Amino acid sequence: MLAVQNLEVVYDDVVLALRGVSLELPDGKIVALLGANGAGKSTLLRALSGLLDIHDGEIRKGSVTLDGTDIGERKPADFARRGIKHVLEGRRVFKELTVEENLRVGAYTARSKLAENTERVYGLFPKLADMRRSTAGYLSGGEQQMLAIGRALMSDPRYLLLDEPSLGLAPMIVAQIRDIVVEINSQGTGVLLVEQNAAMALEIASHGYVMENGRIVMDRPAAELLKDQDVREFYLGLGAEGEVKSSFRDVKHYRRRKRWAS
Amino acid sequence: MTAFLEAVGEGLGTGSVYALLALGFVIIYKAMQVISFAQPAFMLAGIVLVSYLAESVNFWAAVPIAVAAVALLALAVERVAIRPMVGKAVFVIAIITLGVDVVVRVVAGAFIGVDPRSVGDPWGQEVVNVAGIDMAQRNVAALIAMVVVGGLLFAFFRFTPIGLAMRASALDQEAAMAQGVNVGTVFATSWALAGGLAAVAGVFAATGGPIDQNIWIVALAALPVIILGGLDSLGGAVLAGLLIGVVQAVVATYQRDWVPSLETNAGPIVPYLVMMLVLLVRPYGLFGTKEVERV
Ligand SMILES: Nc1ncnc2c1ncn2[C@@H]1O[C@H](COP(=O)(O)OP(=O)(O)OP(=O)(O)O)[C@@H](O)[C@H]1O
Ligand SMILES: [Mg+2]
Repeated sequence: MLAVQNLEVVYDDVVLALRGVSLELPDGKIVALLGANGAGKSTLLRALSGLLDIHDGEIRKGSVTLDGTDIGERKPADFARRGIKHVLEGRRVFKELTVEENLRVGAYTARSKLAENTERVYGLFPKLADMRRSTAGYLSGGEQQMLAIGRALMSDPRYLLLDEPSLGLAPMIVAQIRDIVVEINSQGTGVLLVEQNAAMALEIASHGYVMENGRIVMDRPAAELLKDQDVREFYLGLGAEGEVKSSFRDVKHYRRRKRWAS
Repeated sequence: MTAFLEAVGEGLGTGSVYALLALGFVIIYKAMQVISFAQPAFMLAGIVLVSYLAESVNFWAAVPIAVAAVALLALAVERVAIRPMVGKAVFVIAIITLGVDVVVRVVAGAFIGVDPRSVGDPWGQEVVNVAGIDMAQRNVAALIAMVVVGGLLFAFFRFTPIGLAMRASALDQEAAMAQGVNVGTVFATSWALAGGLAAVAGVFAATGGPIDQNIWIVALAALPVIILGGLDSLGGAVLAGLLIGVVQAVVATYQRDWVPSLETNAGPIVPYLVMMLVLLVRPYGLFGTKEVERV
């Protein structure tokens, strides 16, 4: 199990981004992590994949553990080698490399299984197989997201950390990505799914967390969160009668901002 | 016409040396966004090593040994002097490479001594007739070496996992790290490659006669070459190196006809002139893609 306990993270020695966060990602499960902009979701994923350092972030208190062993201070390469793969917010494919080269970089820690994993990824994303020689930068947003996920899968990770995979994608593509996450999970990979699209995330997750201002404010089975009045209002845009209008507007406005910001 | 073609032949030889040096600069730049001013020192270290080794083993054995040794030296320098500074301002790291250059260059230079030494190359001042024009064998050898080394580099960056990881890391360092690429390995490899390339360049810069104490200045001509080629372009480094080498040789041949009053050799200023002229038209150099930080 991958977990954090009472984690406090500070950026640039001053910005407190996580204030005592505890979260668990059991093997083979899908866990959803929801929260507004700036809540600290990406920061939490960075702590789980060793990528805080490059952002001048550091763990002040608490721990990141893999099967009970503290791994918080290790290098990112170590996290990848131990089977934790982070798909960064905003896809971040290597734009000037081909699709196939992107995948080969993803296999950096599992070179001996390159052929096997390539086949599996092309099986999950047949479109990528057709475009294997294309330059990644010319792929559509949805295709780039699939490539980013496929690249992470090239080392057959035990845990996949997905940071807003549906960001800026059309509903049909979002549905495809949802199905693929389910498929990946059914093959045994634990998934931590950070999403603005709460409905999609809670639909497939077994457990969910809601973050606000660097804290976990809800920690419940996904089915319960789906029924929760606050979550329905603020994340699903389905408020009680009378409040619907204003919260809908908030949600829409918020989504729009989110798109510009990305 | 023959004089012109002979100048071109000469320029291709010098240009190949520039290209080999420029490749090293560009490889380090792509890995860590730093221009390493230690390249002249690695070049000189390579020359000195070959000149000593060539006394006991022959030239052909001396070169690979020296190239490997300088690559190791560069690796050590990166580990000891550069890695601890990662995260500091790019400017600070550049200054440190300048310090490294002075130290290594003074030490290596001390071994040149007062008696004339040479790298013991088999070409000397011999010429070979290529399609009717005389070309110095040493220039032909430099060109062949550059093409072979360039081809090997191309294969390295295309087919090996670490080479591919280096390209990925140059495009998006964080995303590369998320794939398990160790940036420390990327930095170290870039320095080792640049060190080895500088040593090869040094050998061909030093062929044909006794070693000049100031031969390292040749490596500085690679600076306008990388600006001209585009700091982040390996192909640009090769083409710009050859271009500047040829223009320089042609100017050196004809300067007396063009500007009779110019007594001294105008060759050394040519790289800078070509660079400035091209930058007026193309601010990122001939092949630069990324927006490079400018002052
Ligand atoms: N590199 C950084 N340097 C300094 N502060 C940062 C850095 N990255 C994030 N922060 C701050 O940390 C807090 C949490 O940011 P984080 O990116 O983790 O939020 P998030 O939940 O992922 O938001 P979003 O939905 O916008 O992606 C914010 O206040 C943000 O300004
Ligand atoms: Mg985020």
